[in-house]
Amino acid sequence: MPIDSFGDALFGLPSWIDAIIRIVLVVLAMTVVVIYLTYGERKVVARFQQRLGPTETGPAGLIQGLADALKLVTKEDIRPTNADRWVFELAPYATFIPVLMMLMALPFAADWGVRNLTLGLFYVFAILGLNIVGILMAGLGSGNKYALLGGVRAAAQMISYEIPLVISLLCVVMITGADANPDGSNGVGSLNLNVIAALQADRPFLVLQPLAFLIFFTAMLSELHRAPFDIPVAESEIVGGYFVEYSGIRWSMFQLTEYASMWGFSVFGSVVFLGGWAWPYGMFDWDAPWWAQLAATMVKSLLFITLIFWVRTTVPRLRIDQLMSFCWKVLLPMSILQMAMNGVILVYDWPQELLAASSAAGAAVLIAIIIRRAVRRPSRDLVGTYKTLGAPAQ
Amino acid sequence: MTVWPEARTGEVDDFNTVDMTINVGPQHPATHGVFRMVLTVDGEMVVDCEPYIGYLHRGLEKLTENHDYRQSMGWWDRTDYLAGMCCEFAYCMAVEKLAGFEVPERAEYIRVMMAELSRILSHFMFLGAFGADVGSFGTSFIYAWRERERIYDFFEEVSGDRMFPTYFRPGGVQMDLPENYESRIRELLGWLEQGLEDFDGLLVGNEIFVERCRGLSPVTPEQAINWGLSGPMIRATGLAHDIRRAEPYSVYPRLKFNIPVGRNGDVFDRFMVRMAEAYQSMKIVEQCLEQIPKGLVLNPDLPKTLRIADAECYVRTEGTKGEYGVYGMARGGVNPYRMKLRSPSFCNLSALREMVVGHYVADAIIILGSLDIVLGEVDK
Repeated sequence: MPIDSFGDALFGLPSWIDAIIRIVLVVLAMTVVVIYLTYGERKVVARFQQRLGPTETGPAGLIQGLADALKLVTKEDIRPTNADRWVFELAPYATFIPVLMMLMALPFAADWGVRNLTLGLFYVFAILGLNIVGILMAGLGSGNKYALLGGVRAAAQMISYEIPLVISLLCVVMITGADANPDGSNGVGSLNLNVIAALQADRPFLVLQPLAFLIFFTAMLSELHRAPFDIPVAESEIVGGYFVEYSGIRWSMFQLTEYASMWGFSVFGSVVFLGGWAWPYGMFDWDAPWWAQLAATMVKSLLFITLIFWVRTTVPRLRIDQLMSFCWKVLLPMSILQMAMNGVILVYDWPQELLAASSAAGAAVLIAIIIRRAVRRPSRDLVGTYKTLGAPAQ
Repeated sequence: MTVWPEARTGEVDDFNTVDMTINVGPQHPATHGVFRMVLTVDGEMVVDCEPYIGYLHRGLEKLTENHDYRQSMGWWDRTDYLAGMCCEFAYCMAVEKLAGFEVPERAEYIRVMMAELSRILSHFMFLGAFGADVGSFGTSFIYAWRERERIYDFFEEVSGDRMFPTYFRPGGVQMDLPENYESRIRELLGWLEQGLEDFDGLLVGNEIFVERCRGLSPVTPEQAINWGLSGPMIRATGLAHDIRRAEPYSVYPRLKFNIPVGRNGDVFDRFMVRMAEAYQSMKIVEQCLEQIPKGLVLNPDLPKTLRIADAECYVRTEGTKGEYGVYGMARGGVNPYRMKLRSPSFCNLSALREMVVGHYVADAIIILGSLDIVLGEVDK
């Protein structure tokens, strides 16, 4: 397994120089990805809305993101008089650094990542929890009421949704325990992201854990403040939320954070649920070159991101109490259910097909709960009845 | 640490908190123009709401007093600027009633068609903007815009202008419809039907949308009457009150259409009533196409300069937002002595506080959106 070689010197250089090279590569990749994600989002959303999106700057508008970045960097950095100076000025960095640190643990390919951590999965969500601090700092330090509301909303939402998120990931860790021992008996699960990816060489964990995947995806949207959970940044209510007072480079730090964490989460999700760099190559028993593995990870994460864009363009926003009750009354019980089902099946060494079937049934229940009213299509009935109700035609 | 103005003055410690005021508007993405409201919130709950209007006041009524009857047409377009033709309709009817003109039958049909197309225009604007209020990131907005552009294009072919057509005249309409009007309108109606279907799928078929709107701020019929609500707002409560039926004008008595009503008067019903009304308007336009006679479109006996002796009148029409009434008074001379507008948006908006208090901030925005106000009409 290529995991063993991971973390060795990449270019035959001392370990610390090697680490710096890797960090620089990841940060550069992140910058390029973020610039083109903003471009990509505008293009994708424009297509959903029957528009063209950016077309003028460069061929097909390709350097629009670059132009935007340049504009933001050269803009004046405004600090409101009412703001708490240091809290206000440091908040963008406090938000951004955890995301950057999270990227350091992600395996983009078997041999391509900054560090291969034994507790990679634990590290990722532990670090992401720090994100809230920066957002609260921005909300409280701006001296703006919209920002305050946004910051408080964000904190409540992120803390709540972290619980189902973590539990759904632990379900996958339980499965890795089933696979870890060569003799097929239950072993101890692995939190190493590379191990998790390598174990999916034959089939992605999405097949075994669709319910956990659904919960992960929903909670991820919430952690990223993406529709329908964009309550902390709700434009039509609080005008943009916690970063409403920021401008120029500090605002672009928030933008960078948003897209970088979206990308990071997508890579993370594709490693945990979609097989990361290992699937589908393992299926053909083909030791794929690094660029093919990298391409697999990137394509999967792009699928994730497109799904996020799609949801954003079509779905309205939840209200804060609906958001909370959805988390505590639906997602949390369902994630615990998934964990319990996994536990029973693994303890009794039942076949993996049962694991997949039980989780798929759970996923069906979750979807049914989510769309229970929309299925009834009230609109068609109501427009029909309204036409016949009221005063009779003369 | 940051200190709010309230916190500076109020007694704040660990146990006593103060309510916070949030300013929404006049520059805010959710206020549909230049409306401003100051919400007093306790956490996320609205405990008080104080609306401020007047940012778009242009002195419509005074301007009308200082221009002759035909010159004022353009001002009245700009009251309900989402459906200019409906406003022109009411104003022209008032002038005709003051002077006692006849309107050729063909012109009446053209007027009704244009007014109903304007109603669709305005309701599409509502559907789109309301979707944006609920948070669908502009997709509903753009959907609405597509159909509105098509209606506007047709208006341009008819009158030469899109938003402020100034097409009606006291005594008829400015000019006849273009030759291919029938095929154009039928084509338009097909698109509009498709557009409404799209909205049905995008918003009404969405669990989150239904969940957010259903049961929100229900209004009883008694409350609706006491508050002076009209239009879709009162029909959502279950009262089939429509001026086109209650006090028919123009050729409406000859047209078959239903009055869509709701059951609970909540935000969802208001939305659905407007959607169903758009279907009914399409039905009316179709009937007009079948019934429209040939003939003149402007009364040929009109004098060059309108001088109206002592007269007084009140004209009620069903505007897009509710009862659009014009009280006119003439005392001789070329200018009206008084033209008073009873604007439905203003009356509907006056009930905002009662509807909003006790709800979440996010819901306050939706409730404001569901009133479907247009500030040109509120501020005159």
